[in-house]
Amino acid sequence: MPAVRTRVPGRVPWVLVLPALAGLAFLVLPLAGLVIRAPWATLLTRLGEPQVWDALRLSLITATAATAVCLLFGVPLAWLLARITFPGRRLVRALVTVPLVLPPVVGGVALLLVLGRRGLLGRWLDAAFGVSLPFTTAGVVVAQAFVAMPFLVISVEGALRAADLRYEEAAATLGASRWTTFRRVTLPLVAPGLAAGAILCWARALGEFGATITFAGNFPGRTQTMPLAVYLALETDPQAAIVLSLVLLAVSVIVLASLRDRWVNTP
Amino acid sequence: MARPPSRRVRSLLGAALAVLTALAAVGCGSTESSSGDDRTLVVFAAASLTESFTALGKTFESSHPGVSVKFNFAGSSALAQQIVQGAPADVFASANPATMATVADAKLAAGQPRVFVKNRLEIAVPPDNPGNVRTLQDLANPALKVVLCAEQVPCGGAATRALAAAGVKVRPVSEEKDVKAALTKVQLGEADAALVYRTDVEAAAGKVRGIEFPEAAKAVNEYPIVTLAEAPQPDLAGGFVRLVLSERGRTALTRAGFESP
Repeated sequence: MPAVRTRVPGRVPWVLVLPALAGLAFLVLPLAGLVIRAPWATLLTRLGEPQVWDALRLSLITATAATAVCLLFGVPLAWLLARITFPGRRLVRALVTVPLVLPPVVGGVALLLVLGRRGLLGRWLDAAFGVSLPFTTAGVVVAQAFVAMPFLVISVEGALRAADLRYEEAAATLGASRWTTFRRVTLPLVAPGLAAGAILCWARALGEFGATITFAGNFPGRTQTMPLAVYLALETDPQAAIVLSLVLLAVSVIVLASLRDRWVNTP
Repeated sequence: MARPPSRRVRSLLGAALAVLTALAAVGCGSTESSSGDDRTLVVFAAASLTESFTALGKTFESSHPGVSVKFNFAGSSALAQQIVQGAPADVFASANPATMATVADAKLAAGQPRVFVKNRLEIAVPPDNPGNVRTLQDLANPALKVVLCAEQVPCGGAATRALAAAGVKVRPVSEEKDVKAALTKVQLGEADAALVYRTDVEAAAGKVRGIEFPEAAKAVNEYPIVTLAEAPQPDLAGGFVRLVLSERGRTALTRAGFESP
């Protein structure tokens, strides 16, 4: 769908522009603080430390894997919520947003209680397959996916509800099965919403801290993602923490900006 | 899909507004109640002091009518950073002299910090001890899931010293952000063992088992306490420090598993 740009004639309403600028300043100023206070003189030597790159690599891998997991399970879930009427749908919709309101540390504890070595399911996983998720990179992905999935589900569900049902109905009258309709009509129709949801999901996973450190622990190269490295650096060496934050910020801004231009049709 | 979405959106917005209003009301209420005649003493203390200082706070409140003691318990290094960044606090009690030095170096300590207790490490294991841990040397077993504190926090520093003194090499599955996080992993049975303070084992009575080890003597942490230079309530701060250093304070602290300096 091509984006149609229309300009509403008239003066720019200051009642909207002023709060918009205030909002922008509020979001950007802390960032400026990081940049201004960064130890530029020692930046290069600090960036030379291998721990930085270990953590960054791990963060990028796990956030991407978590986004893949969320797409795999979140898109069907969003479709279910948007297209199928079933009893208790409102309750299910509310439950999907629980990880949004749950403090991530609590989410991490909850994950331990279910998927930990002595957890409800984890006990069985451990006994049957010898699989134990805590303290592993897979555990990081699980923690991130848990926290980030609602962002994807909500975006995709919104897009599905806003999509014109007549296209799907037309496909059905032409003999397409529901699966074919979903694949060939619905998915392309909601692609922008899907992309936006995936980006939100990836960004949230990249910044995840509480659930990760609680569920997966903290070990360099295995479960220490950038936010964990930042937190621990802050304990003793705030300057190093600023450097790490800047690296994470720079990488995420570059990735998000390039993806946005390609996938999401923002004018 | 019969209902127009706008009504749902509007009712959702309404609910969100109601929640925000309620939150705002609660927020205002709490600030008003604290700005009355009553005075508040703010104590920043190491996470390992949670139980004993909470009890001492109650003692202080009962002997000082109209005074309420508010605690900020967290990793000592995090607290030191907060104080250096200007957090309003009256008293700082840290879990090692190094973090206290951060505050003293920033000229934020009023007077000389005084060591009021010592704490030593123990091995914490789940009550059924699934890894069959008996000594510090057992922790070198690669099949065991051992959790340590990160080296950046005092309990991690102590663990490194104790392990070095014993010549034991441990490959932990995780380096936790503070001692309570390490203890939680053992409580939940995710880790087979962790090096935590004796006081933490004491506080988690029944949920973990503590195993003493001789090398702990090589890594005893000293806890200093000080009144802060920019304390809003300097007289109350001095009173609280005196209580901690008093016979009564010492009794409460040794009961929690601390050692006298």
